Amino acid sequence: MNNSSFLALIVLASTLAAQADSQSSAPQASPATPAAGSKTVKLCDNKTTVQVPNDAPKTRAEGQKISDALMAQWKATNPDTKWVKEEVEAHQVVTPADNSKLVGTGQSSTYGTVTQQDVQVWKNETYKTAVYGSKVFHSGDELGSEIAVSCDMCHPRAANTHPESYPKFQPQLGRVALLRDMINWCIEHPVRGKVLAPDDPKMRALEAYIIAQRKGVPLDYGKR
Amino acid sequence: MNDNAKIPHIRSVETRHLEERETLFRGLSNLDRRSFLKVSTGAAAAALAAGASNHFHSFLPVNVAYAAEGGGGVQGQGFTFAYISDSHLYVKKTNERFVRQLLRAVDDINKLDPQPDFVFYGGDLAQLGRKEELDLGAQILKSIKAPVHMMVGEHDWYFDMGQRWNELFGAQTYSFDHKGVHFVVLMSVQEKDFWSARGMSPAERMHTVAGLDNAVQSAFEVGAAQREWLRKDLDKVPKSTPLIVFSHSPLYKLYRPWNFWTDDAEDVQALLQRFDRVTVLHGHTHQVLTNRIGNIQFHGMLSTAWPWPYAPQGLPALTVQMNRPNPFDSNDGLGDGTVSVHPDGLVDKLYSLWNRNPMQVKASYLSSGGKSDVPVAPTLASY
Repeated sequence: MNNSSFLALIVLASTLAAQADSQSSAPQASPATPAAGSKTVKLCDNKTTVQVPNDAPKTRAEGQKISDALMAQWKATNPDTKWVKEEVEAHQVVTPADNSKLVGTGQSSTYGTVTQQDVQVWKNETYKTAVYGSKVFHSGDELGSEIAVSCDMCHPRAANTHPESYPKFQPQLGRVALLRDMINWCIEHPVRGKVLAPDDPKMRALEAYIIAQRKGVPLDYGKR
Repeated sequence: MNDNAKIPHIRSVETRHLEERETLFRGLSNLDRRSFLKVSTGAAAAALAAGASNHFHSFLPVNVAYAAEGGGGVQGQGFTFAYISDSHLYVKKTNERFVRQLLRAVDDINKLDPQPDFVFYGGDLAQLGRKEELDLGAQILKSIKAPVHMMVGEHDWYFDMGQRWNELFGAQTYSFDHKGVHFVVLMSVQEKDFWSARGMSPAERMHTVAGLDNAVQSAFEVGAAQREWLRKDLDKVPKSTPLIVFSHSPLYKLYRPWNFWTDDAEDVQALLQRFDRVTVLHGHTHQVLTNRIGNIQFHGMLSTAWPWPYAPQGLPALTVQMNRPNPFDSNDGLGDGTVSVHPDGLVDKLYSLWNRNPMQVKASYLSSGGKSDVPVAPTLASY
């Protein structure tokens, strides 16, 4: 799974002093014993650490430096973090609706109005799900194909997947099929992989991608 | 009163289908122009009487000995050649299905009676350009009884840049003459170097090109050097000679995101336009596809591996789509076919769709701008 590219807990400099004692005594948290006169700061993955001198000035700039150092380390040990960019470069994925006109209006979280950040988070997270779907869709390995076949071989850019036509009676199955039933049928037969549970992250992502690519087409369930 | 008299004699769809078929093939066994007309009228009448007009076209004979109508340079009564295309073979251990499908096409062609003058292979014999895949393909194609002419596709090329393909099949660009028709085979899937700057391995480069909708790759083109070769090759050919050109990608611009496209198509067309009768046959699109630009008639070829959907934009107005393939039938939308060259040098293109009625796209349909001999449209067009 790759849904962690925006891993971003920033340890603020202002909290360092308060935590100094517990940090230094944390069990196997830091690989090396902190040098005298410094303390260990951890990233939210509970693995990545940096050493910070005790006398480091407690300023915002200094805090930013620490978090940058942590993220740089994390990116080095997680080389797959550019998967969204790489996937989108290879395979165009339709972007989700633009909600920026809501910024500054109404209620988002309990008390605040909708912020630019809210809108960005909604968009990023939704898009990322569809992009992950694209990645699965285009990879026989991700799909678990035994015969090196992937969805895009018959459905470039998800063409002719017509998600708007489901649910519909599928005579070949003798019952009403949802989009996910057809996805699973294709995975089992033409692709020769293992069927996915309805809530499998890959199934959710495949549905997201297929629906994303048909953005703007009116729903017409039952259409043959 | 006899109730039985009121009950019509009902024959099932299958029975009527088989009867029509019987009638036709009985007539075909001693075909000349007169009996052909009789047979085809009979089949038409039977089909129309049954209220199933779409059965009419299914039994039109493939290759008819037309009376010579003057013009052209085709010797005798015209001739037929067959085609197989886009088999996308993996090695057997990886995927046997595509192998079996190519074998089915080879069987189809070997069963043709009379045999075609030759068989043309439309490119993409291999899926990932590996030596083992190309070798397997070459081995299977050896069992074709008629002579075989090969064309290269992008899936054959971008692992070793054509090295193994050239060893097996010779030059990728060539021309030959057959019964008064000049044939040209092009390598239309040249791509500008997108791989060096990205530091791609040969396998990565091949994998990128193998993805139809992969936007990292470049557009297909014939390229300046090959266009110059074509210009020289055609210099010695009189304009009245019928010309048939093979290219893997369509030699026109249909839909760039899937490389249903040749970037320098206009330049190549310009070299062909001076001829009276030009036909271009292409692979790559895995579907029934028909176009006419000026006096150039274009036909696609079916794949034996998988069908492509129709592009969302740019479909030529003359294309009558094949039926939307049924995903529950792994051979639907696939097939092979034959090309009947008339004495005047134009061709009727037969798409022998497996498990379905064949579709024929006649030269007269294209010459008339879509007015006569319109192929029967499918029940289920693409969404």
